[in-house]
Amino acid sequence: MVGLYVRDQDEAFAFYVEKLGFRVHTDVRNGDYRWLTVQHPDQPSFQLGLFTPGAPTHDAGTAQALREIVAKGAMPPLVLVVDDCRAAYDRVRARGVEFTQEPVDRYGTVDAGFRDPSGNG
Amino acid sequence: MSQDPELLRRLLRAKDRMDAASDEDWPVQRLARVSGVSAAHFARSFKEAFGVPPHRYLLTRRIERAAALLRDTDLSITEIAFETGWESLGTFGRTFRDVTGKSPGATRARERAAPYDLESVPECFLRAAHRPALTIAVSEKRRREACGTKGSEETEVA
Repeated sequence: MVGLYVRDQDEAFAFYVEKLGFRVHTDVRNGDYRWLTVQHPDQPSFQLGLFTPGAPTHDAGTAQALREIVAKGAMPPLVLVVDDCRAAYDRVRARGVEFTQEPVDRYGTVDAGFRDPSGNG
Repeated sequence: MSQDPELLRRLLRAKDRMDAASDEDWPVQRLARVSGVSAAHFARSFKEAFGVPPHRYLLTRRIERAAALLRDTDLSITEIAFETGWESLGTFGRTFRDVTGKSPGATRARERAAPYDLESVPECFLRAAHRPALTIAVSEKRRREACGTKGSEETEVA
């Protein structure tokens, strides 16, 4: 499992499930804390965690710094491997995914860039 | 210095738009519209968020594109200048040299001789990584080089 910081777990859940085709793996709450992970049907061994910065994990200053870093797109790359990049681009773009780069053909492979609502790309 | 994450996300959108189309003109008004803020607010907030003024950020993106086209294509230097958003070959050549320290022709020769093994890095991250670090304005860089000083303390000139 690898986690991402997101600005809002409901929004992130809707994005990864409804727009990118993930499904919920674990969604448990304890007070303000919510452990939320999703997985893709094509790679059930992998979970993607969607976490918000904040109490009780972070103090207020750290949480604010993390929110700023995410919103600036400064978190590390998130890469999805698909069979047909152009088809996947057309499909998820039609669902409203924000693309930062159209599909580009390089050295026999095609890649495109997108961001989630929080700024992860 | 703390900035509103919601504003930062909208500034990032303007930065992404420049990345995707660095050959286009991006006056502050146009960028500010993408971010949904006033032009004055945009210029100030962008620099605070990303460390460089928006026009200088765009310049580094154009230099990166030009360097990649010099390496990867057989386009002439004139074609590359127009393809990457410059209005004259002279301005392109001078700015490219001032920023990177080498002329476009010398860059092409050197880059083609060097091994290249970054095929597996996604294009948008590669582009971001190859952007020159332009911590001072080009005019300031020219002035310092004309004076023969390097100056360890870099001064931000918008």
